[in-house]
Amino acid sequence: MTAYTGRVATTARGRTIGSRIAASLLYPLGLPTLLLVVWGLVATRTTSRFFPDPLTIAEAFRETWIGPAFVEDVLPSLARLGLGVAASIVLGVAAGTVIGLTHWLRELLEPLLEFLRAIPPPVLIPVVMLLLGITDTMKVVVIVSGAVWPILLNTIEGVRGTDSVMKETAESFRVSWWERLRFLVLPAASPRIMAGVRQALSVALILMVISEMFASSSGLGYRIAYFQRNYLIAEMWSGILLLGLVGVFLAVAFGLVERRVLRWYHGIREVNRA
Amino acid sequence: MRVFPTRRLRALRRAMLGVVGLTGFLVLWQLIPTLGLINPLYLPYVTDVLARLFEQLVDLAFWRRLGSTMTSWAIGLTVATLAAVAVGTVVGLVPFLRRATHTMVEFLRPIPSVALIPLAVLMFGIQRQAALVIIIYASFWQVFVQVIYGVADVDVVARDTARSFGLTRREQLSHLVLPTTLPYLMTGLRLAAAVALILAITAEMVIGNLGLGRMIELSRSAGDAAGLYALVVVTGLLGLMVNIVFRFIERRVLSWHQSVRGEEPL
Repeated sequence: MTAYTGRVATTARGRTIGSRIAASLLYPLGLPTLLLVVWGLVATRTTSRFFPDPLTIAEAFRETWIGPAFVEDVLPSLARLGLGVAASIVLGVAAGTVIGLTHWLRELLEPLLEFLRAIPPPVLIPVVMLLLGITDTMKVVVIVSGAVWPILLNTIEGVRGTDSVMKETAESFRVSWWERLRFLVLPAASPRIMAGVRQALSVALILMVISEMFASSSGLGYRIAYFQRNYLIAEMWSGILLLGLVGVFLAVAFGLVERRVLRWYHGIREVNRA
Repeated sequence: MRVFPTRRLRALRRAMLGVVGLTGFLVLWQLIPTLGLINPLYLPYVTDVLARLFEQLVDLAFWRRLGSTMTSWAIGLTVATLAAVAVGTVVGLVPFLRRATHTMVEFLRPIPSVALIPLAVLMFGIQRQAALVIIIYASFWQVFVQVIYGVADVDVVARDTARSFGLTRREQLSHLVLPTTLPYLMTGLRLAAAVALILAITAEMVIGNLGLGRMIELSRSAGDAAGLYALVVVTGLLGLMVNIVFRFIERRVLSWHQSVRGEEPL
């Protein structure tokens, strides 16, 4: 029989608690540690200057980002990112709800939105630059102009997919428009909205970096591009690492928020599955 | 109240409204610079932009750049998909590997691929390879994650049945794992195609290798607003085309699947 099935059988067999704890630590940490060690060994042997060893990068990370640079470059970037994402959510959900609830409006705008969504978001950076100049507002607008689409389109779909029986029940019980929105339509659309927000987050992060690489004299994206142009290799790697950490942090934070917002939904799904 | 219109009429109404929406957008765009709300230097007239668009369409240099962009896109997407399917299948099928790689994947996946642009430039200079690094990195994860989910989704009963019928490993792969994974794979592929296009153009804008992205950046720095807007429209049309083509492929490849799944209340 296959090795695959044999493996399952051995893990299922009883084990001591100690080895189980060791396994639960070893699994998540084993491979990253191994890779770091291999990287370190390769980096010390290779002649390529572009791959410094992990310790040098860690050192550069500490020197570059911990200190005033954090306040000058990282925080403003993150603030713009947060502002852009927040504006996208508000705009996307509000407009999406209206469009999703109005039949003719949806049909009117569908092809247009389909086209606007298909524009690769970074292409909008030069356009927004042209319209607004190189300002902080421009960077936030760039983020919104890319991140709003997944939220908007998912909200429209979600609102449209509200259970019709529930909708009619709410109508016949004369639940007010506002209450219907608050207690029926938005919760019904929330799984789709959250899926949209997840997509929007990664788009927003990309746009934050590129808009700064393109037109800025501060910010995370600018710094990384600056290090590269000046051959500050370890510093550049530390910037990539920091961006990675920001990405991971966003993913984790979003996961927590999503679990909280959609607790009822996951509950229902679990009940249905069982 | 509306009388129930036939399906045909409804589709017609839909198409008409859609055309009205698009036309309205164009008219609005034309009106903004005409009324002087925004200087035409920054927001050129639609008529100028469309004229530029048609001018580009008969220009061979434009098509060469478009071809360059789409070549990067195609190479990147192919390499990423092949790699993701191979690695994803192995990792998805072996529980040990799946557990061991979990943290690595969760850390590497959210790294915005554009963060790697400086590294790619250092390694390859202003060349297509630098763009390919970015494209492949970004689209790899889209497919990889879907393949892992798909491979893990194999029905337990079906797997046990296959085992008791003594299917070889290869037979299991082609009759069991592949059909289960295919819908996931197609979703991943569609997402990856869109992402690859975005990054192909982004890379050209930032790195400066030949293609539409560099043309956009050049027309921006030259202050050629009409040219810039025309190119943005082109990229939008490209994105739309990629979406439509891949949705079509998805529907074709999974036609058997839809017919099976159609009865399940999902």
